[in-house]
Amino acid sequence: MGRKLLLDKAHIENIRLYDVYRREGGYRSVEKALKTMTPDAVTDEMKKSGLRGRGGAGFPTGMKWSFLAKPEGVPRYLVVNADESEPGTFKDRYLMEFIPHLLIEGMITSSFALGSKRSYIYIRGEYAWIVDILEQAIQEAKNNGWLGKNILGTGYDLEIYVQRGAGAYICGEETALLESLEGKRGNPRIKPPFPAVKGLWDCPTVVNNVETIAAVVPIINEGGEEYAKIGVGKSTGTKLISACGNIKKQGVYEIDMTISVEEFIYSDEYCGGIANGRKLKACIPGGSSVPVLPANLLLTTAKGEKRMMTYESLADGGFATGSMMGSGGFIVLDDTQCVVKHTYTLARFYRHESCGQCSPCREGTGWMEKILLNIENGKGKMSDIDLLWDIQRKIEGNTICPLGDAAAWPVAAAIRHFRDEFEWHITNPEDAQRRNFGLAHYADPIHVPTTV
Amino acid sequence: MFRRRYNKKKERIFNMAEEIKKEAPANFKVTIDNITIEVAPGTSILNAARKIGGDVTPPAMCYYSKLQGSGGKCRTCLVEVAAGSTADPRPMPKLVASCRTNVMDGMIVKNITSERVQDARAGVVEFLLLNHPLDCPICDQAGECHLQDLGYEHGKEGTRYEFKRRTFEKEDIGPYIQLHMTRCILCYRCTYVADQLTDNRVHGILDRGDHAEISTYISKAIDNDFSGNMIDVCPVGALTDKTFRFKNRVWFTKPVNAHRDCDKCCGKVTLWQRGDEVLRVTARKDEWGEVQSYDGKPGWICNTCRFDKKHVNDWMIEGPTKINRHSVISQGHYVGLHKPKETMPEVMGGRAPKLLMDIHDVSDVNSVDISALPGPATSKTFEKTNSNGKQ
Repeated sequence: MGRKLLLDKAHIENIRLYDVYRREGGYRSVEKALKTMTPDAVTDEMKKSGLRGRGGAGFPTGMKWSFLAKPEGVPRYLVVNADESEPGTFKDRYLMEFIPHLLIEGMITSSFALGSKRSYIYIRGEYAWIVDILEQAIQEAKNNGWLGKNILGTGYDLEIYVQRGAGAYICGEETALLESLEGKRGNPRIKPPFPAVKGLWDCPTVVNNVETIAAVVPIINEGGEEYAKIGVGKSTGTKLISACGNIKKQGVYEIDMTISVEEFIYSDEYCGGIANGRKLKACIPGGSSVPVLPANLLLTTAKGEKRMMTYESLADGGFATGSMMGSGGFIVLDDTQCVVKHTYTLARFYRHESCGQCSPCREGTGWMEKILLNIENGKGKMSDIDLLWDIQRKIEGNTICPLGDAAAWPVAAAIRHFRDEFEWHITNPEDAQRRNFGLAHYADPIHVPTTV
Repeated sequence: MFRRRYNKKKERIFNMAEEIKKEAPANFKVTIDNITIEVAPGTSILNAARKIGGDVTPPAMCYYSKLQGSGGKCRTCLVEVAAGSTADPRPMPKLVASCRTNVMDGMIVKNITSERVQDARAGVVEFLLLNHPLDCPICDQAGECHLQDLGYEHGKEGTRYEFKRRTFEKEDIGPYIQLHMTRCILCYRCTYVADQLTDNRVHGILDRGDHAEISTYISKAIDNDFSGNMIDVCPVGALTDKTFRFKNRVWFTKPVNAHRDCDKCCGKVTLWQRGDEVLRVTARKDEWGEVQSYDGKPGWICNTCRFDKKHVNDWMIEGPTKINRHSVISQGHYVGLHKPKETMPEVMGGRAPKLLMDIHDVSDVNSVDISALPGPATSKTFEKTNSNGKQ
């Protein structure tokens, strides 16, 4: 049984309300930070904890905070990125829906560390009901003196505002989010300057994921070093994984990053195995934009080691044989799923969500979608596979923001690992309309080169 | 009242330009394709390369030096940074947009000497042309179109795109400017013009992704005194002059510099004439296809000068315009031809370029001075060289 830090009290009835939350030991971290610590000490504690950003990129949070420019007389801002739009990711929604005070508490502590007097939650428009939950939590916190002027008599002022997005995936990119928050069209900005220097209204800004900010609470309560003891290597602490797809028990799980992928999928504590007695074919371990892996590479790395649920192990082998932890959207595909159709669905999503600012992403995503639709409909040509590869190669790394990469990686990985299935779709167009390629050899043990 | 508002506007335009004019002492050394140049701190890689000129300069479709905040979108100006600076000589992992990346002391940039850049640029050009209608034969921009130049220099002969190209409904945005969204490459330049030159922006980008379009909301007409400059900054034929529409091909018209006393703008323009008829008035362009600056102030022109003064009598003629970059226009009149700097020997670092075949070795045609012959050249003229050849 892994240790839980974020969701350990999620099952308690009415934990959503302030009284219950406070009774269960809530807002201790705020008391500790504001009364006994300096802002720099909180940041140091974050550095010691080794917490990595939970939004997808995995950048160390303590480091990000220490990069924040602190010029005199200029306000600084903390913005919480609750624009959780990655297909397959729904962990922040769970957190905000069930224990909203955890986020508010984390925000107060983080804002204190960063010196932000006004902090924002940018939430995706589709989470309309969560806005009400958060507003209520903020009001409760305010009534009890955790927000407003002179918090706990320390002279620190803080207000938290909730801003709804209008429903665009691109606004989850931090600079697009800031543009949108300023009331403009959500186009990503060109970096540098980074938000840590010029962010919201040209002031230094830190943008963090909901889960990252929530993790500040246990880190301050228990101490950074204590937190760093959980997990393996540079993957410290616990991580929320939102598991979905063809598994028996879909849902949000908190793991302490010491278990293997195999255990996560098959143990009854977590996903409970593949549903309907089918077999595992492929899996996207970190949300739709990370590379998809076939069953054999998912469970063991190319070196023949067991793959663990950590940042390092999931990325082992680079993109050739590995993937990424990403945002923790764990999508499992069984042997009845078609990788071509699946890739087409993702390509359609990215085409729809591209902001259209820079040309490779604007034109390339649409092109890839059309070619994939042709292949899926049995009208593809063999040369289309190489063409897709060439298109994704020309999008990746050449765009303003990571959406271009996110659109290119799934297509690249699907072709890299499932080329046989694409070719089968093209050579057997009629067959492909009636049945699936099936599991094929994707779960076969991989050949491990022995080193002498 | 009106006059005051215009003056205020003028002031704003000029103040904006003042910032461009300000130049710190040049002391950053940057090497672009083996050519080292000293530039002021805060200069972008693209502007440093423009100081060198020639082939070394990356193409730019969306960047416009006179419009603040433009650039970074089209990705044609991507370059490789092989060394970040003297202090931190690590290379940058990704290709960077040279228009929005500032130089550092000791930076080493690779443009035409980098295969990665060439490959990525070919990709970007392909992407830009993917949904472009290529209706150059009926497009007023043909001959002075940046996309045409770009395609000519970097494009492939065919396309790999096998689907229907994207089209848009035609939209009327006012009496002077024709919007043809199908041709647009979404460089955002015209929105910057509206933001920075006119009183109020009434057009912008609607929707997103490959279905994004430039439009006015609910077809509101663009009617503003400096709106015509959108036509000048548009790199393609998406925004064209309604008063010039289908009147003539640009290369049949004769560009003439002229000026008039205008209380709204600088009044310095180029007249595009056919005979004595003034077909079109535009701002004067520099060698990068941008509006020319006078003492660091961009020479934007007002709509009165652009659309209403179509008689030779309205203008003081200065003389023929020196056309340099958009060479198709200068076909037939080569007055003041400006040749860009020949950078190849420096880029190659003294090495000779690899020749597949020296055509002069094979044919010896150039040994005959054709213009010195009394009549037309015939096969007999080359008999001597033929017998000396490999026969």
